[in-house]
Amino acid sequence: MSGHSYQGKKNIPKITSDRLLVKGGRIVNDDQSFYADIYMEDGVIKQIGDNLIVPGGIKTIEANGKMVIPGGIDNHTHFQMPYRGTTTVDDFSQGTKAALAGGTTMIVDHVIPEPGSSLIEAFEQWRSWADEKTCCDYSLHVDITHWSDSVKQEVDTLLKEKGVNSFQVYMAYKDFYQMSNSELYEIFTFLGEMGGIVQVHAENGEIIAEEQARMLEMGITGPEGHVLSRPEELEAEAVFRAITIASQTNCPLYVTRVMSKSAADIISQARKKGNVVFGEPITASLGTDGTHYWSKNWAKAASFVTSPPLSPDPTTPDYLNTLLASGDLNVTGSAHCTFSVAQKAIGKDDFTQIPEGVNGVEERMSLIWEKAVTTGKMDENMFVAVTSTNAAKILNLYPRKGRIAVGSDADLVIWDSDAVRTITAKTHNSAAEYNVFEGMELRGAPSVVICQGKLVLEDGNLHATSGVGRFIPCTPFPDFAYKRIKARKQLAILRAVPRGMYDGPVSDFSPMSRGGTPSASARTSPTKQPVRNLHHSGFSLAGPPTTEDVPIRPAGRRIVVPPGGRSNITSLS
Amino acid sequence: MSGTDHQGNGIPHLPSERLLIKGGRVVNDDLSQYADVYVEDGLIKQVGDNLEVPDDVRVLEVNGGLVIPGGIDVNTCLMKPHLGCPPVDDFYLGSRAALAGGTTMIIDHVTPQPGDSLLEAFERWQESADRKCCCDYSLHVDLPHWHPGVKDELEVLVQEKGINSFQVYMSYKDSLQMTDSQLYEVFSVLKELGAVVMLHAENGDLIAQEQRKVLSLGITGPEGHPLSHPEEVLEAEAVFRAITIGNRVNCPVYITKVMSKTAADTITLARRRGSVVFGEPITASLATDGSHYWSKNWAKAAAYVTSPPLSPDPTTPEHLHDLLACGDLQVVGSAHCAYSTSQKAIGKDDFTLIPEGTNGIEERMGFVWDKAVATGKMDENQFVAVTSTNAAKIFNLYPRKGRIAVGSDADIVIWDPDRTKTITSKLQQSALEYNIFEGMVCRGGPVVVVTQGRVVYEEGEGLRVQQGSGRFIPRQAFPDYAYQRITTRSKVKGKQGVSRGMYDGPVYDVLATPKYITPSPSAKTSPTSQQPPPIRNLHQSNFSLSGAQFDDNIPRRSGQRIVAPPGGRSNITNLG
Repeated sequence: MSGHSYQGKKNIPKITSDRLLVKGGRIVNDDQSFYADIYMEDGVIKQIGDNLIVPGGIKTIEANGKMVIPGGIDNHTHFQMPYRGTTTVDDFSQGTKAALAGGTTMIVDHVIPEPGSSLIEAFEQWRSWADEKTCCDYSLHVDITHWSDSVKQEVDTLLKEKGVNSFQVYMAYKDFYQMSNSELYEIFTFLGEMGGIVQVHAENGEIIAEEQARMLEMGITGPEGHVLSRPEELEAEAVFRAITIASQTNCPLYVTRVMSKSAADIISQARKKGNVVFGEPITASLGTDGTHYWSKNWAKAASFVTSPPLSPDPTTPDYLNTLLASGDLNVTGSAHCTFSVAQKAIGKDDFTQIPEGVNGVEERMSLIWEKAVTTGKMDENMFVAVTSTNAAKILNLYPRKGRIAVGSDADLVIWDSDAVRTITAKTHNSAAEYNVFEGMELRGAPSVVICQGKLVLEDGNLHATSGVGRFIPCTPFPDFAYKRIKARKQLAILRAVPRGMYDGPVSDFSPMSRGGTPSASARTSPTKQPVRNLHHSGFSLAGPPTTEDVPIRPAGRRIVVPPGGRSNITSLS
Repeated sequence: MSGTDHQGNGIPHLPSERLLIKGGRVVNDDLSQYADVYVEDGLIKQVGDNLEVPDDVRVLEVNGGLVIPGGIDVNTCLMKPHLGCPPVDDFYLGSRAALAGGTTMIIDHVTPQPGDSLLEAFERWQESADRKCCCDYSLHVDLPHWHPGVKDELEVLVQEKGINSFQVYMSYKDSLQMTDSQLYEVFSVLKELGAVVMLHAENGDLIAQEQRKVLSLGITGPEGHPLSHPEEVLEAEAVFRAITIGNRVNCPVYITKVMSKTAADTITLARRRGSVVFGEPITASLATDGSHYWSKNWAKAAAYVTSPPLSPDPTTPEHLHDLLACGDLQVVGSAHCAYSTSQKAIGKDDFTLIPEGTNGIEERMGFVWDKAVATGKMDENQFVAVTSTNAAKIFNLYPRKGRIAVGSDADIVIWDPDRTKTITSKLQQSALEYNIFEGMVCRGGPVVVVTQGRVVYEEGEGLRVQQGSGRFIPRQAFPDYAYQRITTRSKVKGKQGVSRGMYDGPVYDVLATPKYITPSPSAKTSPTSQQPPPIRNLHQSNFSLSGAQFDDNIPRRSGQRIVAPPGGRSNITNLG
């Protein structure tokens, strides 16, 4: 593996014809593992098999029986995210470098337009930031931070022309990003028709606002107030509500940041009932817990602040890893959103002002390997599914991404399942001065990372180039989510019951009712006698409805003057 | 059983009847025992064998029949107007029907319109009930709106008027519906007052959307009602949310009208997790199902319209009975709200206008016996619990009501488990021209009903009630059954902040107007990175992020206050 540095750091980002052969590796996809060599050219996998016929003089990487997996896809990042005039400390360059160092070869970042501003403008803004700096391929989710007809139009354009197929809505952040149930219903309906994926930040913002006010009133201003004011049942409640709305509107749902057991349970139960819902735990919820909010060290406690918060229950990570292994949770993101301690300190006197976000883009894959695969919860194929393949399927990028197959993009990782490293802020690739996983020893790490057919990590050296990352457009109606939805749409057509017209008497009513007269006026209304007749004639309330397929009165025999007198009816119109 | 006709047409002031119920098996919620019961002045004076009683008492020989506490129907709407029309069963007709079914106390819902004064509405209801009701009654007050003035009215109602339960609505958008924030506030206020929060749990926002959708599909008949109120999701969702808010506020939550399996299961799960929540299925949800909404007969289909709607799943009643039997649901109401067919026909062209309500006040106890006790799901003691005792406990009437014991009110029913009756609108007490249970055969029913110490119903002789003889029974706040746990939890669950040294590192300067104009990595040039040493030092000194928090006991330099912090004072002063 004597690598003569293939793409020196100073190289211009022009894609030259790169040819690479990975020899002697065990290819691990989400469905099977097998030994084969891989030949790549021009950033695409060209051949897979034994004894491949390849051009001479190409660079060969010996995998020596190690696993070769599809590069990771981090479905949730916030690089270079603006926040109150500042930005997160990891920009697209720094962030994607950290991603590559951890074995992730594609990231999907969230575009967060300011409420009231144009979604498309924000999208273009993010595109220009990312195109300039990313070192690996990327896609974008667009967050819907307000809702109107013009936003609807923009969402339509983004879906059809701009290559965005997933949109996040917020159930939290009252008076800011938060959507009402009716708005959610409209958005879900619209995206369900257009083939988009609804992502939801699920927390009950109204109750959080009340609880925050109560905490501050009680004099709790430190980071522990964050988790106290956002108990996990508020997350579970919102997840439940989101699933309800999605099921009503027949729209696939993706719950970002599953942080607690109870939220995960709700997703799990909903899937058992047949709902099309995907859950995304993040590196932090899979790797650490919320006990740190009570740390006496303010800066440490604040570094864990994210929403929904990490659960103070220390058994949560184990539980989430189990559900990931069983397939009840499907995708992992990092929700990497890093702020410096000084930025976090904006909220030093008021926890509600602490910028929210934790790191995790670099640690994501190793952490899952450590917590789920080495513990025997999950096999290597499932590992590939939750770190890469499922995300690719939901984004409708499969099999271009998320699989090692002929014709797929040459994004792959040689995974060393025995490598052990200790996470520390001193050596990580993020610009943040802290790391919420500080001191953890993780088994499993990438030994070689190939991105776009280029060697970017070898022998512990990262050779990433800013600006080479391409925007990968995602198309609507991903089969993984929509096949079932489409079938259900055809079944779920509501039908009216054909009946003869009701031609009995109708009570008089006043629209401006005050409920004033408690007298039994209904007793003396003209209804009584005629209704009795109706009842005796053919109005049987017994037994199952199947017995009475015949309307009481044949529809043909229309009664011109109903028994109660016409006056009752005319007063209705 | 030749009754000395005590009441007849007399004035409301009644002579005390003295009554000895002999040879019965007295069934309370905790045990059954053979004993005689002696009643005087409307109270139970003695329970036991060989009682010493005056000579001139009337003796009811029961011959081993069941003697149970009179039923308490916690959910009736005998005066709830729909677009100005009151229901056909008022307090007189409704309470007659109740007594005929073995229910000796009702709790009616006061339903003010948005904007009305709660107190005025309460007085209107009380006045009407005092005039007409034939059995003891109490009132729940529904909150149609929320503003600070309501709080004062609530205080008066709780502290002076004897009301300890209030219903709020999560449905009926733009009219009765409350937002989550309002619910939180209402819960907080009611908890302070020691009242029980009752919830009409359905997601009104989504119902409004669904109604629009269903109407736009051209579905205007009663089947549009269940189609736009899909119980499986919207009811369960609201129940879940209500319980969540209840947990946050630490307040007991009572779900009225549990109509579907999923809603019931949500309550069950919450109880498993320790929430103080009560569930009330109603006669209709326990005895019939929502398949009738698809009836070709409009009037029949409309008769079943109530909210939340009856579940189209025909296995729902069984499931709800199972949960009642095991204690996951506690109370049975009737939600009796009787609108005639012509009133229902207000919505003949638009199902959203159909007045909502079903009958069930008379059939309530019979169906629980028939479907749960006669099938072996439930024993007679649990029957007493769900039809009477639990309601008395939750609403703080126990042991005055809901128990046969010395000192309790003489509301007693002699119950015949073998009697069978076919439900039909022709023989019912209600003024309705239909009955949604029409044709169903029901095992079990009252033979004799005693209320306020007077025999008001005897099989074969019918009802002998007196209009206006019912008394308003005031209820104290803080019922133990609901509030004992709550009170303890409030004490132990106090939250505390962490006492830490002041954060004295650098603080990022925040712009007042959050605009993201500069995409440049301004953070990189912020005071933080210009002065890396302090932070690195901070980090290396005692800022460890590893799992164990060995430093947690040592407050960070709390003694050594730094006057000019390393990041420069300017950063901090900007924060104010």
